[in-house]
Formats: sequence, C-alpha cells, structure tokens
Amino acid sequence: MNEIEKLQDLKEKAAELRRVIVKTVYEAQSGHIGGSLSSAEILTALYFSEMKLDPAQPRMEERDRFVLSKGHVTPAYYGALAMKGFFPLEDLKGFRKLESYLQGHPDRNKVAGVDMSSGSLGQGVSAAVGIALAGKLKGADWRTYTLLGDGEIQEGQVWEAFMFAAQHKLDNLCVIIDNNGLQADGSIDAIASPNPIDEKLRAFGFSVCVIDGHDFKEILNAFRQARNTRGMPTAIIAKTVKGKGVSFMENQSSWHGKAPNAEQFAQAWRELEVAR
Amino acid sequence: MSDRRKIATRESYGRVLEKLGAEYPNLTVLDADLVGATKTAYFQKSYPERHFDCGIAEANMMGVAAGLATEGFIPVVSTFAMFAAGRAFEQVRNSIGYPALNVKIVASHGGISVGEDGATHQCNEDLALMRSIPGMTVVCPADGVETEAAIRAILAYDGPAYVRLGRSDVPMFHDEEHYRFELGKGVTLREGRDVTLFATGLCVYESLRAAEILSANGIDAEVINLHTVKPIDEALVIRSAKKTGRVVTVEEHSTVGGLGSAVCDVLCEKAPTLTLKIGIPDVFGRSGSAQKLLDHFGLTGEKIAQKVLDWMKDPA
Repeated sequence: MNEIEKLQDLKEKAAELRRVIVKTVYEAQSGHIGGSLSSAEILTALYFSEMKLDPAQPRMEERDRFVLSKGHVTPAYYGALAMKGFFPLEDLKGFRKLESYLQGHPDRNKVAGVDMSSGSLGQGVSAAVGIALAGKLKGADWRTYTLLGDGEIQEGQVWEAFMFAAQHKLDNLCVIIDNNGLQADGSIDAIASPNPIDEKLRAFGFSVCVIDGHDFKEILNAFRQARNTRGMPTAIIAKTVKGKGVSFMENQSSWHGKAPNAEQFAQAWRELEVAR
Repeated sequence: MSDRRKIATRESYGRVLEKLGAEYPNLTVLDADLVGATKTAYFQKSYPERHFDCGIAEANMMGVAAGLATEGFIPVVSTFAMFAAGRAFEQVRNSIGYPALNVKIVASHGGISVGEDGATHQCNEDLALMRSIPGMTVVCPADGVETEAAIRAILAYDGPAYVRLGRSDVPMFHDEEHYRFELGKGVTLREGRDVTLFATGLCVYESLRAAEILSANGIDAEVINLHTVKPIDEALVIRSAKKTGRVVTVEEHSTVGGLGSAVCDVLCEKAPTLTLKIGIPDVFGRSGSAQKLLDHFGLTGEKIAQKVLDWMKDPA
C-alpha cells in the first residue's frame, strides 16, 4: 500500500469506527459519545498504523502499550479493539450490560487488549508513566501511549505524572491530549482553563506537537516525531471536534455522556453512511 | 517485660527491604520525599536503579506503582499512612485494588504514636480505609520481628497489600528464631478463660502487659495478636470468643472501622459476644510525645487493664 492508499484506508477505518461508536452507544442507551467521536482518528491511527500489536497474543511482551486515561470513551476504544480483532464486534451489543464483560470503563482483567484499567480521570496517565518506566528498566524497545482528555488535565495528578515522566526522561512515552475544548459541564475555558496547554507542557519538559487530530497525515507525522525524540517524553496536542462526524453532536458538551434516541440515531447513521 | 530491646517497625522494614532487594530482582521501591522517615533509604543506597523518589506526589506514585506491576515488577510503595491510605485512597482503590495488581503499600507513621507532629499526620483511619477495598490484604505488625516476617510474606503473596508501620520504638517481644508468621492467621500469645484481648500493632505488647495486671486482679485474659486485619482470622476470633464469652479489641486506630469493627463484623453474625472496643474514640489526635499520647488515649498496659477491669465489673 502506498502512502495515499494507506491514508485513504485509515480514513475509511475511522469512518467505520464512528459508526461502531454511535451504534454501540445507541444499543446500550448509555455511554460517552462526544469524546469517543473526537478521538476516532487518534485511535484508528494507533491501532491500525502506529502500534505493534497482535490480537492473537494480547499480552505479547514486544507489543506497544496503550492506556486510555480518558477512560470513559470506551465506545471508541472497544470499537478499535474489536475492529482490530481482539474480540468479536458483536460483543459490543453487550456494552455496559450486566451480562457482558464490556464494562463502562476499561478493565484489564476482563477485556483482551486492555493494558490498564482506567476511568477515574487523571489516573491512567500515571499508570502509563509506570509502564514506560518499566520499559526503561527492562531495556525494551516497545513504546507506551496514553490518551487524555483536555478536561482531564484539570486533575492535579496529571501534572504530577508529567513531572515524573520528564524527570525520568521517558522518551518511550507518548501522551496524546484529545483537545476538543469541551468537558461535561461546558467549555474548558469557561470552567477551569488549562490553556495554553502547549506552553505548559513545554515548561514541564515535554517535546510538544500541536496537530489537527482529525488529519491522519499530521497524526502519523507526530507519532514519527515522537519516536525520534530522545531524552524527553512527547505530548501530542490533538485539536479535535467533540461529537465529530454527527452534525448535531459537534461542539455540543450536552453530547458528552448521552445516548441518541431512535430518530437521532437514524439521522446520525445517515450522516456517517455518507462519510463512507 | 520492660527490659526488651526497642526498635521502630519502620526501621525493621527498611533493613529487611534492603535484604530482599537481592532476593527479588524485580522488586522496585517508590517513596514520596520521605526516604529517611520511611527507611527506604537503605534500599535506595544499595539499589539506586530500582528506587524511585517520586517527590511529594502520592497520587501519581500509586499509579506509577500500578503501571510497574502490570509489567511484572513488584513495587513497594512507602510514605506516611496519612498520605498512602488517606490522600491517595482513590488511586489505591481504582488503580491498584480494582485491577488487583501486585503492589505492596507499606505505610509508616500509622496512629497517634507519630507524636509531636500532631493530628494532621496521625492517621487513625488507614485500617478502616484499606479494609474497605475488595481484595486488599491489610497487615499491622506488632514488632520488628513480625515486621520482617510480614514483609517477606506479602512479597511472596501475589496481590495488593497494605502494611501499617509505626514511627516510635516498640519492644521486640517475638522470638527471632522461632517466630512463624502466616498471613491471615492470628497468634494466641496467652491462653485465658475470662476475657479475650484481640490486639494489633503496638497494642499487642501493651495487651500482654495488661493481661499480667489483670491476672494479678484475678482475671485470666487470653491475648491474641491479629496482625492481619484483613482477611481476619474468623475461626480463631469465633473460637476464642465462644471460649471466654467476653471480647476486648485493642488498637492504635479509630474505633470506627478498624480492628474492633473487623472483629465485631465476625462476631455479630456468627457468635454474638459482648465486646469492648479500645482505640482512638472517634476524635483527632494531638501533639505530644508518643508515650504521653499512648497514655492519654488509654493504650498503655496499665490503662488497658483498668478499662477492662471496670468493664468486666459493669459491662453495661
């Protein structure tokens, strides 16, 4: 596959992931749809291009590690894992239901492909830092990725983790911030602004890339840059749109943790079919 | 009993941890700017590449430990009980307890014997907090010998564990050569017929002293060391309570949620027994020397004996 075909393939996978997200949340009538849609390209790039993985051996030692620190976007995470082949897509029908193993937030003991249980905001990034540190102690060449929300970085623990990562020169760690600008209660700027995020992270000792989080070329470039950075961790600040791909969900914090009704689902599906 | 060698459990911990560094190549130690106080400094000196001073950032430290555990390392995390069980409670619950990761939290400065630093640093709630987390093993050793044995035991065990240590010197009363420690198994130190004293931590030795005083007053007290607060030795608790018919719990911890509650949880369901809970009575601590505070809160052998005598006379 050449570069153009690869980018086209990733675009199609992201479109499919969006349909999976919307369907999963609709069928569960529960789940976090807005932040799942904003992170569709990031997760697609990780699972279908960047990370070394083998769905047949979910705990393969040489794999790259991933921690979903914004643990509520399981519709996107489980969707990517299922599309990659870690478990059957039809299992998503059980999402958030008592009979299912697919918990509302990631559980490393229940779901194949999940490296760390997460969900309580601010905690996943510390675990990712611990995993990256373990990689250094083992002298391994696998890398550790973690995805955070931009509201999540209001948690003080996140900055504790950033200080630790820079202190220990964890250049095998790549932190991605899904910068959609919205949190559950509204705009991050109107609530407790973490901006400017890039300057803060540079001051905390990170190599920082600011990219369009829906543009695969920029995402893959940023990952490449991160891989080539020595002596410091990388933070990719991915500018995204919450609810991306569904017109009436875009940039609406009200779609943070709400499921569409039948009519809304039908409209969302029509819009996402066009994107195919 | 008063001429015994005294050593703080945190000191014994620091020494054994350094020894275990050689036995466990995957042992890593994390601290939060308290290496001198928690005594992980000994390990740090011998194994600097496996010791991580995380700075004053306990929440992150627990998460880093969790991450290390997912990769097969055995992280031992130390700070004061107040910050390990208190400040970082939710990190311990969600990042360590929920995924059942093999992280050992060894917290020093439990209880009021912290002394002069006062209430903000005297954690009287850690046993209650840690005991409430599903799957968490909770241990509170009584002296240096038991501390060493307990640390060895939790490292040999696969799963999350919390160990509470003290700041102050306490008498070494276990026999170094012959003492056998088993997680979850209480130890009957003195047999008796009239009342059972279930104790943990430094209150075990004080309860032995109390039993001597009680004996001189015609009361034959059984003394049981419940070093493992969770899982508690149910069979032993029930057996002894049925035998003596009177139970006293003694702990350097709030009477809300600690050893006393753990014992009562067993007894009220399986062998209802009149019980006196001796501990910190739902108040904050205060500054003072450790010894004066133990006396102030009634946790010396003499004070424990007096409370038991009064209660035996008039349990209502």
